[in-house]
Amino acid sequence: MMALPALGLIGVIALGPVLWAMWESLYLHDLRMPWLGHRFIGLQNYVEAFSDPRFWGAIGHTVVFATVSVTLELVFGLALAIAVDSMRRGQGIVRTAMLLPWAVPTVVVGLVWRFIFESPAGLMNTVLAGSRVIASPPIWFADPLAAWTPIILADAWKTTPFVAILLLAGLQSIDRSLYEAARIDGAGAWRQFTDITLPLLMPALLVALVFRAVDALRVFDVIYVMTGGGPGTATEPIAMYAFSALLENLRFGYGSALSVMVFVITFLLALVAIRRLGRRALVEPVS
Amino acid sequence: MTWRVLRRCAIASMVAAILFPLYWAAVASFTPESQLFGQVDLVPARLVFDHYRAVFTERALGTAVWNSLVVAGATTLLCVPIGAMCAYALARLQFRGRTLVLASVLAISMFPQISIVSPLYLLLRELRLIDTYAGLVLPYLTFAMPLTIWLLVAFFRQIPRELEEAAFMDGASRVHTLAAVVLPLSWPGLATTAILTFLYCWNEFLFALCFTLGPERYTVPVAIALFRGQYQVPWGQILAGALVATLPVAVLVFIAQRRIVAGLTAGAIKG
Repeated sequence: MMALPALGLIGVIALGPVLWAMWESLYLHDLRMPWLGHRFIGLQNYVEAFSDPRFWGAIGHTVVFATVSVTLELVFGLALAIAVDSMRRGQGIVRTAMLLPWAVPTVVVGLVWRFIFESPAGLMNTVLAGSRVIASPPIWFADPLAAWTPIILADAWKTTPFVAILLLAGLQSIDRSLYEAARIDGAGAWRQFTDITLPLLMPALLVALVFRAVDALRVFDVIYVMTGGGPGTATEPIAMYAFSALLENLRFGYGSALSVMVFVITFLLALVAIRRLGRRALVEPVS
Repeated sequence: MTWRVLRRCAIASMVAAILFPLYWAAVASFTPESQLFGQVDLVPARLVFDHYRAVFTERALGTAVWNSLVVAGATTLLCVPIGAMCAYALARLQFRGRTLVLASVLAISMFPQISIVSPLYLLLRELRLIDTYAGLVLPYLTFAMPLTIWLLVAFFRQIPRELEEAAFMDGASRVHTLAAVVLPLSWPGLATTAILTFLYCWNEFLFALCFTLGPERYTVPVAIALFRGQYQVPWGQILAGALVATLPVAVLVFIAQRRIVAGLTAGAIKG
């Protein structure tokens, strides 16, 4: 019975709004044009979205961003975790440094990286021009493709150390005597990695993958402050399109339909993940 | 031997990669606006506090800091006690559907915020809570509450059951056991949860952007994201604001590094 207040609260403030958003998405509801009223139009908002190139663009941007950034974060996060795990001294300091990007507000991360990539005289371009790696560095935020570089870098900078912290906990729960035995059997470092570390780390890797993927699919803050979705709508993710339909154009019906689709995409992913990982974690604690 | 040196270099360069952008922003925030671009001075010749003065006088960043403190503090104070009761029940009591409840708590904590912006906006507008503190705390509960419950369930499970059973044997009630045995033992967990909740609220951007209308109610992230200059981007002020927004979380990280790591991994891996 002690659980009731919080569960009730969760039910009302988290589940309620989602159902409400689904309901709202079936209406024509334009706050700029109140004379149109609040008319039930069935699935028309969804029909409109599916024939809207900006919607498909936003979906594409979101999926590509999530795939690229999560892949980078897992690969580098794993490398970082393994490196830190092998340290004998100074783990505490390194861990504090690793925690910092995770704790810094995403808005700040975006702004700082935007400052670094600001063209033509930002730090990145000064360094690139000075080292003559690239003859003429791009104007990052004016190029539909190049604009993704700072965005993905900023996201990777913020979350790779977080992934590494999750993986580090997984690494440190692996029984060291396994490596000892493998060494006696003559297994090299790579064999030990593929036959011991990777399989035993798989649960932690999957958890990190799911957390990051769900997070990346709803990306908003970092892109809002770095490019605002631009140039044009070239870097606009689906969450930002929904935001702009809702709060800039005040099209609540259509905006709700877009945000319901963000919900469905991430929720399906989370559901699959929780089913695959959750049973063990949920039923009894792993000790 | 060479391996060890190589590994040290690798770690040192990764730590440098982590810290450098923040350092660079800090340096820039003390540099006059006219010298921000072009030359690369890794160590500033002298520190100029103009940008900090400007953000607190012209940009009302002080108000934003206060707003952030109020909203994040109120959300944390509301969530931790209520969440503790709920988490304790989920960690200890056996009832049907317990796993389902836990799974949905986890699922709700993964909800994309944008998916509930439209109903929350309509609701807050109806209640005339747009651009008020309550109008931010209420939406924040939607992600903070599942987070606290999820973290605290993990912490309560680490407390040995035997201690509570001993209290029962001595005739203590369930509520009394919670107050006299469990809470004193779980204050590290409660503190960690409070810190994490506060951090998430302090950093939250989308809800604060949607449900506030002006500088009187902006939180810090919204305020600095919306700094605009007349002709160009006021980078010095933006970076000074960014440093102000980062300072409290950096302090929390330095003080509570161990606890935060425990909380993150308990929530994510041990479940």
